[in-house]
Amino acid sequence: MEDIQLLETIERYLSGEMSSEEMIQFELTRKNTSEIDQMVVEHKLFLHQMEAYAQRKNVQQTSQQTFNHLLAEGEWSPIELELPKYKVIQLWTKYKKTIAIAASFGGFIAIFTSLLVMYLSPSLNGSQLLQLSKAVDVIKKNQQAQGHLLNEVKSKVPENAKLISGGSGFLIDTKGFIITNAHVLKGDGAIVIDSKGQELNATIIYSDINNDLALLKIEDKDYIQPKSIPYSIRHKISDLGEEIFTLGFPRNDYDIVYGKGYLSAQTGYEGDSNSYQIQISANPGYSGAPIFNSKGELIGVISTRQKLIEGVAFAVKSTKIFEVINELKNDKKTKNLNLKLSKYTSLNSAGRKAQLEQLKNYMFSIRSFN
Amino acid sequence: MKAELNEQALLKGLAQNDSKAVETLYKSHFAMIQHFVENNNGSFDDARDVFQEAMIALYEKVQLDSFVLTCQIKTYLFSICKHLWLKRLHQMGKYSSPLNAHEESISVETDMGMFEKKEAAFAIMDRALNSLGEPCKSLLEGYYINKKGMQELANQFGYTNADNTKNQKYKCLMRLKKLFFAQYNIGD
Repeated sequence: MEDIQLLETIERYLSGEMSSEEMIQFELTRKNTSEIDQMVVEHKLFLHQMEAYAQRKNVQQTSQQTFNHLLAEGEWSPIELELPKYKVIQLWTKYKKTIAIAASFGGFIAIFTSLLVMYLSPSLNGSQLLQLSKAVDVIKKNQQAQGHLLNEVKSKVPENAKLISGGSGFLIDTKGFIITNAHVLKGDGAIVIDSKGQELNATIIYSDINNDLALLKIEDKDYIQPKSIPYSIRHKISDLGEEIFTLGFPRNDYDIVYGKGYLSAQTGYEGDSNSYQIQISANPGYSGAPIFNSKGELIGVISTRQKLIEGVAFAVKSTKIFEVINELKNDKKTKNLNLKLSKYTSLNSAGRKAQLEQLKNYMFSIRSFN
Repeated sequence: MKAELNEQALLKGLAQNDSKAVETLYKSHFAMIQHFVENNNGSFDDARDVFQEAMIALYEKVQLDSFVLTCQIKTYLFSICKHLWLKRLHQMGKYSSPLNAHEESISVETDMGMFEKKEAAFAIMDRALNSLGEPCKSLLEGYYINKKGMQELANQFGYTNADNTKNQKYKCLMRLKKLFFAQYNIGD
């Protein structure tokens, strides 16, 4: 008997599909051939495990679907993410004068020392860090290469504008709010391009050089608002060694690129507590790209990489996004933005390919111009 | 008496993976777990994960021939969730006692031991299936999980006939078994 037929026979035997005569016959063969007997025992165990796997998988699926369905119907409401208001503000008003005096002294000393250091030290070797925004010539090159494309569809970049910088970004609110790095937006204006290649006008709402985060808003009639955003932003610190992945536009505006790695330190360059160190091959253009954990929660934003060590990059922690949003809420000019973040992630049980298929609709390539 | 009958009917529904029963269980008990997890250092997503695991544990318990539930479903689900959440807090090194809990709970150690064993076997099968790649993964899932026939699978995957599909399924199955048994130990 050929192996494949033998296995088929065993499966029929185990599932009770055999007639009683056939069964007696087969049991006799089983008794006389220890090899076949072993195969039956092994396959029985395997099928048992497979059945247990199938059952658990099915229950998981029913449970997940029921949960999502009830949640969408508003059966439960997750607790609102309220960040504590910082006491610093009160202290600031109270000690304004003292601080001002102290600061001016401090400032004076600082300027003096830095002048001294500058004067005394040999010329610096340049920064050890490389910002991952796209250099202008790369953008230009891509533009030339795709020249025919750009001619067909009129670009939304104003005619006389000069492209200065670019990178990646992602949606945090269905109304069209996008987070990216501050250093991606070196110019005054910006356009974003979705993963299908649609250009959209955007305005820069906020830019924080220190945290290297910026907020854009799409303002374009061609923008189609998605119903919801499938990922939540993690408001806790992530664990060391956690598997992570990213999606960004390091090559050009049309090809989204996936990268996978792990969280290698809970602090960034020289112990910077605002960022993570991650192990991922990050190329220019990945700046502003989101970092997700395997559940599909957003845990950070890629910003820089170490110049000399391949594969080591740094990402701004997601907790900083909350700080930025809090700041915007407290500012008179921006408090009416009415930012609403997604509070739960619906990607946690999907496979990686399904996750990416969903996520890419919320990713944007960004260009900034003057 | 009536309440008891309802609970029995619910468990029977769950045993058959009936979505109405699952929905009723979510509607009646999830809010309690959400409250518990969110009050003990957890998020809404954590509550969802823990509750889903508890549903699976209950499902697997109901499947057993020796199944008897000696308490209310509510108490049982809460006890499992509490156990699972405590364990996760321990893993994260964030254990802070005592827990904020106002519900009654029972000991579920024995059940959980069994649950973990099954979970481990599930994880091995899951890894093995995922490392097979396509079309093997979907083909075997179609046959063994969704219980589709050979002809149906042939149509779905574009094989010219059922025999070719059978051949392909055999090759895939051999690979899967090899991967699975390389990891699986009967003893523990």
